[in-house]
Amino acid sequence: MKGIGVSPGIAVGKAILHKNKETEIYKKEIKDIEKEIEKLKNALSESKDQIKELYEKTKNEVGEDEAEIFRAHMMILDDPEIFGKAEKKIYEMKVNAEWALKEVSNMFVEIFRNMDNEYMRERAADIIDVTGRVINNLMGSKSGNLFIPEEGGIIVAKDLTPSDTAQMDKEKILGLITEEGGKTSHSAIMARSLEIPAVVGTGKEIESIRSGDILAFDGDEGTIHINPAQETLRSCMDKKEDYETLKNKLKSFIGKKSRTKDGYEVEISANIGTPDDMDSVLKHDAEGIGLYRTEFLYMDRDTLPTEDEQFEAYKKVAEKMEGKPVIIRTLDVGGDKDLPYLNLPNEENPFLGYRAIRICLDQTDIFKTQLRAIVRASAYGDIKLMFPMISGMEELKKAKKILKTVKEELVNEHIYFNENMKVGMMIEIPSAAIMSDIFAKEVDFFSIGTNDLIQYTTAVDRGNKDIAHLYNKFHPAVLRLIKIVVENGHKEGIQVGMCGESAGDPDMIPLLIGMGLDELSMSPVTILKARQIISELKMKEMEKKAQQAANCFM
Amino acid sequence: MLEKGVRAIMKQLEVVLKNKTGLHARPASQFVQEASKYKSDIKLIREKNEYNAKSIVSILSMGAGKGIRFIIQAEGEDEAEAVEALKILVESGFGE
Repeated sequence: MKGIGVSPGIAVGKAILHKNKETEIYKKEIKDIEKEIEKLKNALSESKDQIKELYEKTKNEVGEDEAEIFRAHMMILDDPEIFGKAEKKIYEMKVNAEWALKEVSNMFVEIFRNMDNEYMRERAADIIDVTGRVINNLMGSKSGNLFIPEEGGIIVAKDLTPSDTAQMDKEKILGLITEEGGKTSHSAIMARSLEIPAVVGTGKEIESIRSGDILAFDGDEGTIHINPAQETLRSCMDKKEDYETLKNKLKSFIGKKSRTKDGYEVEISANIGTPDDMDSVLKHDAEGIGLYRTEFLYMDRDTLPTEDEQFEAYKKVAEKMEGKPVIIRTLDVGGDKDLPYLNLPNEENPFLGYRAIRICLDQTDIFKTQLRAIVRASAYGDIKLMFPMISGMEELKKAKKILKTVKEELVNEHIYFNENMKVGMMIEIPSAAIMSDIFAKEVDFFSIGTNDLIQYTTAVDRGNKDIAHLYNKFHPAVLRLIKIVVENGHKEGIQVGMCGESAGDPDMIPLLIGMGLDELSMSPVTILKARQIISELKMKEMEKKAQQAANCFM
Repeated sequence: MLEKGVRAIMKQLEVVLKNKTGLHARPASQFVQEASKYKSDIKLIREKNEYNAKSIVSILSMGAGKGIRFIIQAEGEDEAEAVEALKILVESGFGE
């Protein structure tokens, strides 16, 4: 079986299936109605205790925000419409409680699934989750909570949502395999940041894995062995050992500069989502933060984060970096990242729609709050501000104007900040790349976002598995755009970096060096590998190689 | 409980959602929590459909976003207080 390797490392362990198959529920006629109602009430109170426990566990182990989902589940458990209707069904139809509850649950799930709003569709999942728990308790079967034994295991799932992962005992996860998803899906990003080997997008074949099967896989290459023969298992174990040896070798690059054989230096920095990622950043010796994805501050909650909340998060990262640069990107939602409480419209082409800076320039309250928080935090380190999804000059000018207003307000309020904070923009839309000569006069730095740049340049949806083979980071058109941006940036003397997935790709790094990028920002776990690769390159040779790649037409 | 017929009118009034989120997420749960404090039966009426104010799934299934109008209707011993309290909550914009 094969999938897409998205997080390196070799995993060997027992399969743990996430989410059991739905239990079959049959309609049964019952005689003792009172007893059936009593059964339902007991199952409800049992469920309530379980959810309370999950709430406490998550609150203690992860945080209050992550635990919030279980409060919502408790409310569903108290819901008179669901459980009142189920009771009524038992009375009127003399049926078993599980069947009555399943019927009512299905009815509501249907309503929510048909709403044209992502937030509402997620609520359908909550109802299934809660009623499923009660039904399990009614039937005396084990609840769907994932149990990972002491020796650890490999999680096998259709896909994982942020709330799934919040519930898991992450230390015991040896590996991760999912049916859906690609390199940039949540499961993949999470696996990389936790340094867990992972393979995603296996397709339906994943269903052949049974709980307890011995699995061995390579999170780089993507092949999964199910109950392998002794020999294969041994070779996997050997590979695991080799991998760990290499990992140790990479550790020798800690504290060194990122420099080619012929002395050309680049800055290798890290992409992060939350201050929690800082441990990994420091461990892998990042030379800065090249991309702080602030949208995670806005996700998995019901309301916008306040200015102070944001300020604390930005300040924490700036302080931990001790004066090294921290590029904070303003809110980038929309596209594939929804914020239910913003009620973003359902769009035909979300990636070409109402997202990122477009939302911020429209809902300026949200934007100003974030800018205030970032500007205030600039007093605590080398913070740089970056605007995403700029497609034309007018947007940049508007964004800068709002920033100016925010700074003036802070001056009037006698709040101290770094007046020379650098301001840059992402280059992820072809129009911005093509006009980069003009943009370079208006900003202090560029950072190329390759994920979007590739999909916009080649018209290939990066989440669509059927055309995944067309999503090509080595497409000559993309390479040419990158080259243009670097040259235009350097003509105006500004730094040109890259913060997309390409920046950490071992095959891409030589070309990026050859094209003269000043900074590469990547997932923290790939930093030392990148430094090692760079240490073996010669700039002169890579320039030639980059030139050839940009002219390589297959 | 009052006898049927003693009271012909129940309490009701119309409100408009002003907050950004509408009656979703946190505001919806705040609303249900507030409604559940009262003994009266409380219904929300929008476009001739009725929703149970004490049920989170019912309220969410209304799908009421910003700018939506609906009627709060309560019947029972504390109907006046219930309608008033819910009106204030909606008009406060749920603290957003």
